[in-house]
Amino acid sequence: MTGPQLEESAGFDRSTIDYIQRAAASGLYEIRGLGAKRRVPNFDDLLFLAASLSRYPLEGYRERCVTKTVLGTRFATRPVELAIPITVAGMSFGALSARVKDALGRAATEVGTSTTTGDGGMTAEERASSKTLVYQCLPSRYGFDPDDVRRADAIEIVIGQGAKPGGGGMLLGQKVNPRVARMRTLPEGVDQRSASRHPDWTGPDDLVIKIKELREITDWEKPIYVKVGATRVFNDVKLAVHAGADVIVVDGMQGGTAATQTVFIEHVGIPTLAALRQAVDALDDLNMRGTVQLVISGGIRSGADVAKALAMGADAVAIGQGVLVALGCNSDSYITGGQHVSAVEDYARLGTAPGFCHHCHTGKCPVGVTTQDAALELRLDPAVGAKRLKNYLKTVNMELTTIARACGKQDVHHLEKEDLVALTVEAAAMAGVPLAGTSWIPGTAPSRL
Amino acid sequence: MANLKPLPKAREFDLARDSLRDLNLYLHKQAANEGVSQIQVKHPDGAHSIACGIDADLDVQIHGHVGYYVAGMNKHASVTVHGNAGPGAAENMMSGRVHVRGFASTAAGASAHGGLLIIDGDASLRCGISLKGADIVVGGSVGSFSAFMAQAGRIVICGDAEDALGDSLYEAVIYVRGKVRSLGADARFEPMTDADCAALKGLLVQSGLAHDPAEFRRVASAKSLYHWHADANQEY
Repeated sequence: MTGPQLEESAGFDRSTIDYIQRAAASGLYEIRGLGAKRRVPNFDDLLFLAASLSRYPLEGYRERCVTKTVLGTRFATRPVELAIPITVAGMSFGALSARVKDALGRAATEVGTSTTTGDGGMTAEERASSKTLVYQCLPSRYGFDPDDVRRADAIEIVIGQGAKPGGGGMLLGQKVNPRVARMRTLPEGVDQRSASRHPDWTGPDDLVIKIKELREITDWEKPIYVKVGATRVFNDVKLAVHAGADVIVVDGMQGGTAATQTVFIEHVGIPTLAALRQAVDALDDLNMRGTVQLVISGGIRSGADVAKALAMGADAVAIGQGVLVALGCNSDSYITGGQHVSAVEDYARLGTAPGFCHHCHTGKCPVGVTTQDAALELRLDPAVGAKRLKNYLKTVNMELTTIARACGKQDVHHLEKEDLVALTVEAAAMAGVPLAGTSWIPGTAPSRL
Repeated sequence: MANLKPLPKAREFDLARDSLRDLNLYLHKQAANEGVSQIQVKHPDGAHSIACGIDADLDVQIHGHVGYYVAGMNKHASVTVHGNAGPGAAENMMSGRVHVRGFASTAAGASAHGGLLIIDGDASLRCGISLKGADIVVGGSVGSFSAFMAQAGRIVICGDAEDALGDSLYEAVIYVRGKVRSLGADARFEPMTDADCAALKGLLVQSGLAHDPAEFRRVASAKSLYHWHADANQEY
């Protein structure tokens, strides 16, 4: 005797039914944090062809492999010099607590890289703890201050973000405590909608003039980055180069956010893998490789990801979500007084569990990372967070150099596309590298290897 | 004679001959050190970013029309444009005073945090967009979407306003004397209080205007979009 056979619909599966019924009950779309959860072609779909008989490897544990990275060599008289090509992506004070921003700065400084402000301005803590701080100029201009422009080491004009290209941000009222409100010149507790367009310029021709204004204000000293969310990357990168950017940051669809509509996160933009290829093609088309530096972000997690990004043509990467995870995001416990304290019940109260949480928008982060709550933010000790993040960044960098040495490179920037193959047809087409075991790059004529 | 104040030291730049870079570098790093407080700028000829990023108590007189971002991010300085101004005049100003004797193009005073921007003529689209605490007085009329998402500060419009005035306003207040083609989402007319009249009178006097505050109407946020809810008619 068997029970009735249950057949779930492919089109209207339980997840879809839940979505429709939630929409019907609330009249609101879902807003959440972090990045896309759907699977898209990514760096896992690429593999390295390390040295063998036709290539000569470096001794993995002894020979030097350079990781120094210089950004902003085109026009700025003071380019940004980093010890490693792995930077901390822009994340706002507001989305993150001041203690977290402090921890990011400490760790970045210790490993010799940069951190980046976000919507809401520059905090004194992050300026003090960050040796190299990139100051974002966002559409909202919340907290944007010429004194901070002068205090910054580089300026990043944000056109868009991978999680929500074309969309503005939102910081829900529960995260708008008195300090956040004061920095953003808005009332405490109101939902803060960040604009999707800059207030004082409207297109690429205007951007040329805006960049020149920022150069005049900074006396042409500081590099100007332009950050785009990955959509029409080939054209956007070319326009940003024409506008005078020193550095272009391309953020793929896997990039995270503090709070955005789920429909945006999952359905707008293109994967980082495809975006990077298009960005490099655009720089090649303009003969600007090496003159304008390229930073790629959006779902970068490991040294393998970084190595593949550099091999495809990026000069550096920026990591956001990985950094938060290193601090404890989605961990089942937080550390206080040297002891691990379970946060599982707090996750449950949010209707989630460690490993699944994306509730940054609520401000009730169980591990004290994405919160402005006075009690919760104490769960992240800046010294502990900085130590963990330093460990993570060092590990990623060691993985990167391990792969580079195995490919016979004395400098991680010497990794090249020829070192890569793809596991899937989709990844081969997006990355522009051959399918493993073949000479076939979809979209190009076959050649003999 | 001993009681007479010494004349301020002056310096002249002629942009037909001198570069914009030389002018701005002088305003940023040299003028204050040399004790120069008055700078005359001749032949601006529509150049962009003139006198942007000043962080000193200087008096800059620009004789002619200017392009984008005149006096952008100004702190402390008084900058007068004896002509028309392109987009983004006094954008992100923190303090000081910027006076455009002619007309101003789009986004005048965008995101300005403090100080006073006076425009004798009309201002185009998006005047006072994202305003964060500065005061703007427009002697003429303003274009559509003026005061869009304005967060704090005051905008005085002595003429008319085009469509969507004050769309998505936060805490900024608009005083408008002429016709308003339409209000934007969440903006509404409110009664003028005695405090409004006194504040407006002060702004008009500072701007050399003699209008009666009683001729103005107040526009402010209805605050119905302050919190995300299902009945906001997709205006989020």
